[in-house]
Amino acid sequence: MSDRTDVVYQYDGSFEGMLCCVFRAFYQREDPLFIFSDGGNQATFLKTVFVPTEAEKAARVLRSIPAKLGTDALSCVELAFLSCMEEKEAAILAFLRLGYQNGSAVMRMLAEPCVHKVIAAARNVSGEAHLFKGFVRFSEYGGALAAEIAPKNHVLPLLGRHFQIRMPEQSFLIFDQTRKLALVCSGGQSMILPMEQAQLPAPSERELFYRRLWTRFYDAVGIEGRANPKCRMTHMPMRFWANMTEFQPENRPATLPETGRRSTSAPTVEHPAESAVRRL
Amino acid sequence: MDLMEKLTILADAAKYDAACTSSGVDRTSRPGGLGATMACGCCHSFAADGRCITLLKVLQSNACCYDCSYCVNRRSNDTARATFTPRELADLTMQFYRRNYIEGLFLSSGVVQSPDHTCELMLETLRILRVEYRFYGYIHAKAIPGASPELLQALALFADRMSVNIELPSRQSLALLAPDKSRQDILAPMGFLRDGIAQGKQEIIRYRHAPRFAPAGQSTQMIVGATPESDLQILRLSSALYEKYSLKRVFFSAYLPVAEGRHLPALDAKPPLLREHRLYQADWLMRFYQFDASELLDEDHPNLNPYLDPKCDWALRHTAQFPVEVNKADYEILLRVPGIGVKSAQRIVKARRAGALDFDGLKKLGVVLKRAKYFTLCKGRAFPGIAMTHGAILRALLSDAALDVMEKADQLSLFDPTMEDVRACLTGQM
Repeated sequence: MSDRTDVVYQYDGSFEGMLCCVFRAFYQREDPLFIFSDGGNQATFLKTVFVPTEAEKAARVLRSIPAKLGTDALSCVELAFLSCMEEKEAAILAFLRLGYQNGSAVMRMLAEPCVHKVIAAARNVSGEAHLFKGFVRFSEYGGALAAEIAPKNHVLPLLGRHFQIRMPEQSFLIFDQTRKLALVCSGGQSMILPMEQAQLPAPSERELFYRRLWTRFYDAVGIEGRANPKCRMTHMPMRFWANMTEFQPENRPATLPETGRRSTSAPTVEHPAESAVRRL
Repeated sequence: MDLMEKLTILADAAKYDAACTSSGVDRTSRPGGLGATMACGCCHSFAADGRCITLLKVLQSNACCYDCSYCVNRRSNDTARATFTPRELADLTMQFYRRNYIEGLFLSSGVVQSPDHTCELMLETLRILRVEYRFYGYIHAKAIPGASPELLQALALFADRMSVNIELPSRQSLALLAPDKSRQDILAPMGFLRDGIAQGKQEIIRYRHAPRFAPAGQSTQMIVGATPESDLQILRLSSALYEKYSLKRVFFSAYLPVAEGRHLPALDAKPPLLREHRLYQADWLMRFYQFDASELLDEDHPNLNPYLDPKCDWALRHTAQFPVEVNKADYEILLRVPGIGVKSAQRIVKARRAGALDFDGLKKLGVVLKRAKYFTLCKGRAFPGIAMTHGAILRALLSDAALDVMEKADQLSLFDPTMEDVRACLTGQM
């Protein structure tokens, strides 16, 4: 490629901003070595160009993607942009370059490194969002709901859509501890605001009661004879536990009252074939 | 009795039900309502046993008047009894749902007084949820064997999924362990639900507002390891159930001794978890990989191999069909290659239209090369540096630990096991 590669782009971190970087790369015939957003200040000896976000240019690029690469490619790029993957902008640019040459066939070129990267990033984002759709734990504060999460990817927009469909008349807040952002949904409107801390009030007695009930249910529904901590961690890695109700020790009173049932746990010795096969 | 205690007893009593899925139906909430469902389902937590928690899985009551010997709730068992009032349970479901603890309600029950009375209690719970509270989340309801069809019909109109537990894999076992239930009691509601679901599907085509009859279909569960049926019998039964009753899922539940009984395994017997796992693998092969029960097992090999997953086992018994060229093989053939799943087979078919694939490309598509490299060719070439002989493949597919076990024992008897060997191995009595 004859494009010059000795430049570095800096942009404001927005999706439109990234589209403007794509616009500039094509118009100036450049293939930037890095594209980084305002937040990540990287000292470099290369020429750094600040690419301003211009609505008109961004719209042109945005229109071109479904027209030339298909709508699947657009949703893939949108998802990949939310990912925490390093150098996601460069991967997206390479993906779009290949896409403008090959049209919608780009979505089939799964073995191409840039396509693989973008699709993997998109899958990672929607995968994490799917997990959080289940693992988010709301608490009630005077009619409104609030939750805290610590995601790797920027999943708030996806979660907002999900919970708005589910609870159309409910006001709720989800605080992203990693990015210090809060998603606020109320009366059909939603926005994402920067916020230092969630600053939630103390929970009411009623709220504490339901937390304890849920924790009790969680403990009761597991079968002791089948205990399998590794399987649990595979499905629900420990990084999620910090914000989940059932893993907060204060929701689990020290002495469990006798329920009148005999414990029926089976011995935990396992047959060698069983442990061997599990490790296959 | 307070709510905390009731929940403890009734969740504890419901935990042996294997089914905990919230899949099969897409629905958004409506004005004034709460809740939605996702066709893919959604797990909200995982219990210490590694099983997913998606629904509030409880019994309406555990005050059962039946005496099935494998069941914790049998009449003769000395255990605490509790019953939720319909209002109590509906309120609890709403509160849990709002906090995103659960995807909905899984409601089963012991038989209180009579099947009809039990059904009425459950029906009232669902009515409060769906009609009064306008709850649009997921509901899985158990059909109570012996209840009248009108009540079953009403339950199915409120629920997303219905299920009737087949309990045990054969008529003889059922007669032995569950004397109050007959095969007919179980199959009659199953057939009723099948017809209702089929009719509902027809009506929704004609009338947009036709009531939805169990839109997420029906499932069942059977206990594995309490009685002497072979894996072949179990797989045949489950494929017949899929076919004749159009079930969405057949769940297997490794028998965990909860009671002492003349006809039951000893109280300290370990649940056959590995066997359950292998049955699920075989079930997946039948539902998504176009395998037939008769291909996986036959009269001479009536049980699944504990050391190898059923697909590897099948492939090793059919080495003449391998290796396959990934760039040319049909989708159906790709599905049969160990290490290639449904998703990666679909991706291969898609990706090879854009250019020939090599092993590096296969890895990017999510193929498990650890297994697939022994059964595939890329552009006519085998994976560099591997031997495609039966022994080499077997050694590579087994873990070091399994190999260790194999070397200590007599290899021949392990890999050409007799039925007794395998059963002993699977029930952990070896």
